[in-house]
Amino acid sequence: MSVAHQITAGFMPLFDSAVLVAAGEMGFAAREGIELKLHRETSWANIRDRIAIGHFDVAHMLGPMPLACSLGLTPLASETIVPFSLGLGGNCVTVSNAVWQGMAAHGAAPDLDPARAGAALGALIRERTGAVREPLRFAVVHPHSGHNYELRYWLAACGVDPDRDIEIVIVPPPFMADALAAGRIDGYCVGEPWNSAAVAAGTGRIVTVKALLWRNSPEKVIGVRKMWAEENPDALAALLRALHHSARWCQDPANRGELAALMARPAFLGQPEAIQMPVLTGQLQLGGGVERRVEDFFLPFDKAANFPWKSHALWFYTQMVRWGQLPHTPQNLAIARDCYRPDLYRSALKPLGVALPGANAKVEGALKVATPVGSAGASLVLGPDGFFDGQIFDPDRIDAYIDGQRRA
Amino acid sequence: MSAGSLTILVIDENRIRASIIEAGLRDAGHRHVTVIHDVAGIARRIAEIEPDVIVIDLENPNRDMLENMFQLSRAVKRPIAMFVDRSDQASIEAAVDAGVSAYVVDGLKKERIKPILDMAISRFNAFSRMARELEEARSELENRKVIDRAKGILMKSRGLSEEAAYALLRKTAMNQNRKIADIAQSLVTAAGLLGPLEGE
Repeated sequence: MSVAHQITAGFMPLFDSAVLVAAGEMGFAAREGIELKLHRETSWANIRDRIAIGHFDVAHMLGPMPLACSLGLTPLASETIVPFSLGLGGNCVTVSNAVWQGMAAHGAAPDLDPARAGAALGALIRERTGAVREPLRFAVVHPHSGHNYELRYWLAACGVDPDRDIEIVIVPPPFMADALAAGRIDGYCVGEPWNSAAVAAGTGRIVTVKALLWRNSPEKVIGVRKMWAEENPDALAALLRALHHSARWCQDPANRGELAALMARPAFLGQPEAIQMPVLTGQLQLGGGVERRVEDFFLPFDKAANFPWKSHALWFYTQMVRWGQLPHTPQNLAIARDCYRPDLYRSALKPLGVALPGANAKVEGALKVATPVGSAGASLVLGPDGFFDGQIFDPDRIDAYIDGQRRA
Repeated sequence: MSAGSLTILVIDENRIRASIIEAGLRDAGHRHVTVIHDVAGIARRIAEIEPDVIVIDLENPNRDMLENMFQLSRAVKRPIAMFVDRSDQASIEAAVDAGVSAYVVDGLKKERIKPILDMAISRFNAFSRMARELEEARSELENRKVIDRAKGILMKSRGLSEEAAYALLRKTAMNQNRKIADIAQSLVTAAGLLGPLEGE
């Protein structure tokens, strides 16, 4: 097929760039007439800057990042939209061996249970505060990231104030395991393979995972410069179809070996194939020889993983408000509501006759088990999508949700 | 107020490039220039230095950490934003193209900052050009070495003179529409596979 569209895409060396990388490297983009140029970046700030000035048309982004750009929360902000999600889940919380020992003394077990691990960590933190010891220091990859919000959500639900009781710092993903080993941080929340890397090095223990904190929850997305999307609707639709086929290929267990080998290449992650396998199988080494299989640990395709739910964007928005990153106003809410674009996803994929959700948003936490839903065309299974503390997020009742999370 | 009154911090892991920028800033009359290569403990250093302008290379993976620090404004007293004026799109593009980013204390006048940024951009570009030329010189040298080896192989195995060996390489390259160095590399590789021709 001849090249009809040239698209330049930025990505960070994280496993959840796989759908974008495979679209370019496994021929899915070419089949849609796209020449996809992939550029590896060194920071989210670079991705944001290069999207803003037009070096990149689209990019692998943290789910809340396009919101932060559109809401003007970052330098060099530009209107960025999300027509496609790159998957659900994939993150873990990892702590140092010393913190793990302290947690174990307070009843933690190596079972990834967020409530039990959080209660133990809370008890450890209170004990340290009582002994007037330095607060524990946790790292996340970016202030506007799922990692920051899920770590804070987890701690807050377990009685820890993430602003007062601990310190949260920013560390680039590839440096996390080293920073933990060197004692500069006591724990972190990051995507794979950077948790398994600390376990493999014997310097960290995985204590819980995103897939248990909030089942089938949003992580990375494709962020698109709004102006480019408006000027190139055909190129964008072709790209979304290529990403759809790529995501299906990434999800297929038969392709795990090939995908791990692709991501292991120096141009992408540059990490051994073996360390890519936990994210693909959900079979995690937690440290200390304990192994655990996590259902739906990371989904690049299944459970409508690529659908850009407005309820996901709005949940991120509530957490930005919760942690003081911006005020809750009708204007801000309207911007957050318009950032994720299920309409673009639907119109691009409609010709393929695949299953598409009928709604733009859902009540997060309502589905307790995997549930087939009504959709255009073929059948579709969603969820479960519960939060570990049983809370429900209804995007039609945002004010009540924000009020309920306000600190006393 | 003279140019020299601004406090400038340069964060660059590349020591050569950092010193080129530092020299440029000093030439322009800036007396308060600090260069940091390693971001460990940088929060404390920034609090001590209290920079008006921070120049950082885009390759630095710690930009997210630094921006977060600026936004929290604990280490730095005043909020810092990238560039002075967001309407100055050309300047922003030139900076990103050159691989440099700048953070400026809010409220500083554009005319005071722009010369610093322009200087950083031109020095970054000069450094890239230098690095590129160095790389070209290096690969030129490598090419010459491999062509010499290929000539040696041809002279030995086919009893050719040096001139004839080179002519054969050149003719083959022209016929195949490839570079002489590529043909020479193929020959050296093949000779290595086929046997101990060079006493290996």
